[in-house]
Amino acid sequence: MDKPFAITLDPGSSLANRTGSWRTTRPVYVDRLPPCNHACPAGENIQGWLYHAESGDYESAWRELVKNNPMPAVMGRVCYHPCESACNRGSLDESVSIHAVERFLGDEAARRGWKIEAGPSTGKRVLVVGAGPAGLSAAWHLRLAGHAVAIHEAGPLSGGMMRFGIPKYRLPREVLDAEVQRILALGVELKLNSKVDDVLATMKAGAFDACFLAVGAHLAKRAYIPAGDASKILDAVSVLRGMEGAEKPLLGRRVVVYGGGNTAIDVARTAKRLGAEESIIVYRRTREKMPAHDFEVEEALAEGVMMKWLSTIKEAGEASFTVEKMALDENGFPQPTGEFETIEADSLVLALGQDVDLSLLDNVPDLVVENGSVRVDAGMMSGYPGIFAGGDMVPAERTVTVAIGHGKKAARNIDAWLRGETYASPPKHEVATFDKLNTWYYADAPKTVQPVLDIIRRQGTFEEVLGGLDEGNALFEARRCLSCGNCFECDNCYGVCPDNAVIKLGPGKRFRFNYDYCKGCGICVAECPCGAIRTEPETI
Amino acid sequence: MEMQQIKFYQTGTFTVGNRLLDADQRSVQANMERTNSLNSGHRACQGCGEALGARYAIDAAMRAANNQVIACNATGCLEVFSTPYPETSWQIPWIHSLFGNAAAVATGVAAAMKVKGRRDVRVIAQGGDGGTTDIGFGCLSGMFERNDDVLYICYDNEAYMNTGVQRSSATPPAARTATTMALGPEPGNAFGQGKNVPLIAMAHGIPYVATASVAYLRDLEEKVKRAMSLSGARYIHILVPCPLGWGAQPSDTIKLARLAVETGLFPLFEAEHGEVVGSTRIRRRVPVEEYLKPQKRFAHLFGKTPAVGTLARIQEMADRNIRKYRLIDERRHG
Repeated sequence: MDKPFAITLDPGSSLANRTGSWRTTRPVYVDRLPPCNHACPAGENIQGWLYHAESGDYESAWRELVKNNPMPAVMGRVCYHPCESACNRGSLDESVSIHAVERFLGDEAARRGWKIEAGPSTGKRVLVVGAGPAGLSAAWHLRLAGHAVAIHEAGPLSGGMMRFGIPKYRLPREVLDAEVQRILALGVELKLNSKVDDVLATMKAGAFDACFLAVGAHLAKRAYIPAGDASKILDAVSVLRGMEGAEKPLLGRRVVVYGGGNTAIDVARTAKRLGAEESIIVYRRTREKMPAHDFEVEEALAEGVMMKWLSTIKEAGEASFTVEKMALDENGFPQPTGEFETIEADSLVLALGQDVDLSLLDNVPDLVVENGSVRVDAGMMSGYPGIFAGGDMVPAERTVTVAIGHGKKAARNIDAWLRGETYASPPKHEVATFDKLNTWYYADAPKTVQPVLDIIRRQGTFEEVLGGLDEGNALFEARRCLSCGNCFECDNCYGVCPDNAVIKLGPGKRFRFNYDYCKGCGICVAECPCGAIRTEPETI
Repeated sequence: MEMQQIKFYQTGTFTVGNRLLDADQRSVQANMERTNSLNSGHRACQGCGEALGARYAIDAAMRAANNQVIACNATGCLEVFSTPYPETSWQIPWIHSLFGNAAAVATGVAAAMKVKGRRDVRVIAQGGDGGTTDIGFGCLSGMFERNDDVLYICYDNEAYMNTGVQRSSATPPAARTATTMALGPEPGNAFGQGKNVPLIAMAHGIPYVATASVAYLRDLEEKVKRAMSLSGARYIHILVPCPLGWGAQPSDTIKLARLAVETGLFPLFEAEHGEVVGSTRIRRRVPVEEYLKPQKRFAHLFGKTPAVGTLARIQEMADRNIRKYRLIDERRHG
């Protein structure tokens, strides 16, 4: 007994007192699904690649990005970015300019020559029909999985609608070429000018084990318009396609474009750049009902494109067109009013939608075609085993991003099918909605505005309208990401626990709860900025 | 217009850590090697603001003093929940004597260290608002007046929580406690009573006085660091919400501490030798109701017939603080 006076017990640590037994609810680390990822038709892990970009590690960011989408430079330019409409930061100040950072990463990859290796060979061969976004995306993912891929493309160049449908001022061709080249460099065989007339025959001839159909919608829809012999009527697809040839389409001084979709806008803006003094869009409904994206309408208006709402074209003459005024009925459908007027114009371009040429499928048994689209199951496979389809060929929104997503999804299912398995996509996490965040912690920062090409300059040229971010503001923009639902190691939980019951595991390793001492107060849940901790009831 | 290089770090210094910041710009609490002065297993209630505030402050002091710190504790929650005999949660040299004499004990320890020539050892006295503003006030004032080399830290949870939520001289007006019931024409604690110890400390002309909050970790750590860089009597007053006594959710501890600051009811400022030298700006100003409503001790102000007059008086207090301590950046808010 060498204890001090009146001391009978050895001093002990409070660690003997396991306060975890007080708990009725427990905090649990979770990864919730960020709304941007949730909204992305290509299934990109946007929060995931922004996380790397935030620390300036652009190469890791790019590598995370191309796991899902091989064409970030294209995507950053042409995608209508549903991710940004879903972005939680939009409820705080302005959504993160995801497309601008994506574009920066894509351009950076081209500049620095970042590459990815194909997977070890499986000995399986897959035929891809069409070198558009869906076909190229499928080829990329199939090569990463180790399958041999041959793309048969009907046209003289790769890219599909990205080349023949999207004007240069939105997508410079060297950007497209660089990303296509990277895909081809994985060992993809590309056969140009080789239209597939009978898909089963082509598969047999090339000893292919599976096929992905990705033919774009290149057939223009027509409308019956009584016309004189001398009237000049063209369709939007051929005008835009003609822009890729040496002979540019001759549209004249005054051009009328009939239609209200993005293609109509593209043609009207292209006509301006070809020297038309007046480029008029005629659309039978109102601006609110127009399917074209609002920012494209705004850009077109700013460039001097004119719009004639609630009008249809009744008759085409030599240098004039008769237009009938329409009125919306109570159901919002346009009805003729019997009022006519005449527009003087040199040419009329019809932008009324497009169809896919499905003649290559005529001899395929069990493959069902409905309303001009191929019927596919949840795994993108048609009724004929081993033939998959995507992009414009299947019922879906016809955008480059959707097509890229189809290519990825089809590739995963083809890969599983070739191994005799069924692809099961991992279960989706709960969406990290705005109410799950504690936004007090985020620093205030407005969106970085991309430079817009001066209006006068862009009316006459095909230079890219939107400029890119430089490294400084790309980093700034990436750091505006709230990292919704996914831990970004801010140390808040580790700091705010009154019981030291959060164990920090070190950089990149996140944290762990010490349930021996966690009393379940929930401060960590409340103070987690990004909503990466959930409270669960304790089983008692 | 002046040009400025924009440095933007996602959450800046608002979060405890930030992987984007340089290591030397991160908080003490973000460090895996922090002292954890007050260790796990203590018996504080769920969501205790005082346990959190004590670890924040003492860990920062340990870092600043190269781990050479002795803490003298007044009686109170902090002492009771951390040291039920024979256990201790303290991982630093720590002594408790009486409710009212923490400042005097610290004076003695500082004198002993001086005699022993241990200039490297720094002394801290700490206690709750009861042990500081009421019971230990005489000893505290003496320590200030003699300018003893002690940093006194008061963890203010605005009542005697440990003994059953009785009013202290730090209890705010209108708050219900066991001794200021929500009854009669003016329910809760009376207006115009109590004391503001940071201002009294400043009146002693001591080298350093500051207020801090568990919701503003970086600010708190900076203030402890500044205090530890000085010698003589120093005082830091930290607001620490008490879920039990305030009738609040344990998970709301930091939120309430933040709202106390953002309403203007608890101004964050620093003073040297009796003069205010800086204040922490309010980031997003909110009306006092937002702070009062989640607390059951103010429940009688709401309900079917809200006590509009009382709320207006409390708002007036907040507005006065905002004016007095310049808590709002005039350029930003016009």
